[in-house]
Amino acid sequence: MELVEAIILSVLAASTPLLIAAAGELVTERSGVLNLGVEGMMIVGAACGFGGAWLSGSIAIGALCGILAGTLLSLIFAVMTLGLAVNQVATGLALTILGIGLSGLIGAGFVGERIAPAPHLHIPGLTEIPLVGRILFGEDGFVYLSLALVIGVWWFLYRTRAGLVLRACGDNHVSAHALGYPVLRIRLLAVMFGGACAGLAGAYLPLAYTPFFIPGMTAGRGWIALALVVFASWRPGRLVIGAYLFGAVTILQLHAQGAGIGVPSQLMSALPYLATVVVLVLLSRARTGGSTAPAALGTVFVPDR
Amino acid sequence: MQLVLEKRAERSRTIALVSPLIAIGLTVVTMSILFVILGKNPLAALGAYFIAPLSDSYSLQEIAVKATPLVMIAIGLSLCYLANAWNIGAEGQFLIGAVAGSWIAVKTQGTGAGAWVLPAMLLAGAVAGALYALIPAICRVRFGASEILTSLMLVYVADLLLDYLVRGPWRDPAGFNFPTTAEFDPVATVPLLIEGGRLHLGSIIALAVVACAFVLLARTIKGFEIRVVGAAPRAARFGGFNADQLILLTFAISGALAGLAGIIEVAGPVGHLQPGISPGYGFTAIIVAFLGRLNPIGILIAGLFLALTFIGGEQAQITMKIPLDVTKVFQGILLFYVLACDSLILYRFKLIFASRQVHSGVG
Repeated sequence: MELVEAIILSVLAASTPLLIAAAGELVTERSGVLNLGVEGMMIVGAACGFGGAWLSGSIAIGALCGILAGTLLSLIFAVMTLGLAVNQVATGLALTILGIGLSGLIGAGFVGERIAPAPHLHIPGLTEIPLVGRILFGEDGFVYLSLALVIGVWWFLYRTRAGLVLRACGDNHVSAHALGYPVLRIRLLAVMFGGACAGLAGAYLPLAYTPFFIPGMTAGRGWIALALVVFASWRPGRLVIGAYLFGAVTILQLHAQGAGIGVPSQLMSALPYLATVVVLVLLSRARTGGSTAPAALGTVFVPDR
Repeated sequence: MQLVLEKRAERSRTIALVSPLIAIGLTVVTMSILFVILGKNPLAALGAYFIAPLSDSYSLQEIAVKATPLVMIAIGLSLCYLANAWNIGAEGQFLIGAVAGSWIAVKTQGTGAGAWVLPAMLLAGAVAGALYALIPAICRVRFGASEILTSLMLVYVADLLLDYLVRGPWRDPAGFNFPTTAEFDPVATVPLLIEGGRLHLGSIIALAVVACAFVLLARTIKGFEIRVVGAAPRAARFGGFNADQLILLTFAISGALAGLAGIIEVAGPVGHLQPGISPGYGFTAIIVAFLGRLNPIGILIAGLFLALTFIGGEQAQITMKIPLDVTKVFQGILLFYVLACDSLILYRFKLIFASRQVHSGVG
């Protein structure tokens, strides 16, 4: 049972960055903007997050640095796609290329350094409960934060007027504009929220997952987060299921490698990526009766004033 | 005061020509600022990047060698992007092409096989690259799955496959446990153009690819269909063009070119299969395609320019201790400026001084 508990704990940890990044991107996409730069914002968030925590000695300041970095990068994206009406796919790719370079530059000074990882919750009495105690009451703060974030996103999108307006922008920007809503301003805020979440998700990796920074440590997680949004059919609830499923695949393949089963380790490492492809195909296939994607997703909007 | 975009009645031809130059100019200015932040003399750094590589014959050849894969991949990608199909997994197709071609080289090693080996390797690389690119294309056409995400995921898979092969079955027994195959036989090596130099036959192949793409786009019905499907999908439907078929076709061509570039790189400058054969050619080629305005001749020039930044980046690292990541930052910034300047082809900026309150209440 010790092993099961350890596996569940590591699955939650592996899923958390995916969940945070995907929750942010979900809001961005619901406003009608496809930001493919999640990987770039995450990796810069990781470098800045680690740098901030290492210099200040505070995990919280590190997380804030990650959020700030992700938001700043998303602002570049917003200026390009919303201000200059540039193709969103190409701009997102540019953001990822830039982010990978920037994180290498920023993180060069921190490679090889270590920090004390984010502390885990400890409630006397509750955390000691066998089996479920550590899983429910002994996580690091980011795990709880990620779940609160998803609930907040759900509440915002479906229970507030602002969320309704945001979804309207994503489904039909012309109508939203005609009704007098500032489409571009709403999208700007949605893009910045996505950037902040991606930065935080990136910062989680060196702050809590592994207590050090290595270049390229996001290893495609930003792209998997993008796939998760599709997997979730742009609904926050399904995001949680998707993120934990992917986290489970990642961790189980690590344990399988550790157990030394007779399969090449590279094949096991490829599993999360292959699973993403298979899931995307299966889901897209199941949805022959019309897409659930926001109708205006990825399209350019230039107001006619 | 408000800055707004106004759609031009027609695409501006002047700006279409000068926009890459404006973008490069803005990038150089931004990089100078970055060099100052890094505590380097910006003029000396720019000199190391852009002037020094042009000053000796070895570097000039090296630029052509680096430009070869970039141009070949970017030509294929430009066809995809013109048809509005987003292949961003060229890096994976490049690696799979390298693996498939190397399979023949490894299997014929030391068997005294004849001159058929190299052509067979090139063919295998191109076919494997095309098949690998067809996976995301078929997923998109048959099942509607986003080709952006699937093509990218397959990059990681290709990388791991290559890693497995050179650490496992194909590892050179005499290689001191390094993850690499043995050096390829001479019949499995791309011949050099200049004895003792670096320039190899691949550069000629890249030029031929540019010429073919030029003819395809400017002179054939298929090329016309590709451009119409991307630029005006509705018109293409009315015209009876099969958009799905064009997605498959452009993906197959770009995969084949990336795969061919991969095996040429391995059988040419590298000489054996090992991890890290590509410094991100498949991703840099995306920048090359856009900087070249998705035009074959433009891509040739853009490919040489980005190759220059690779060589310049290496020299700046050696002579001025500027980190290699600066090259990636440079490439990312360049792509941003290229895309931003391209916006000027379709729109013009307009400053509005009269403060009009259109949206009352909200916003």
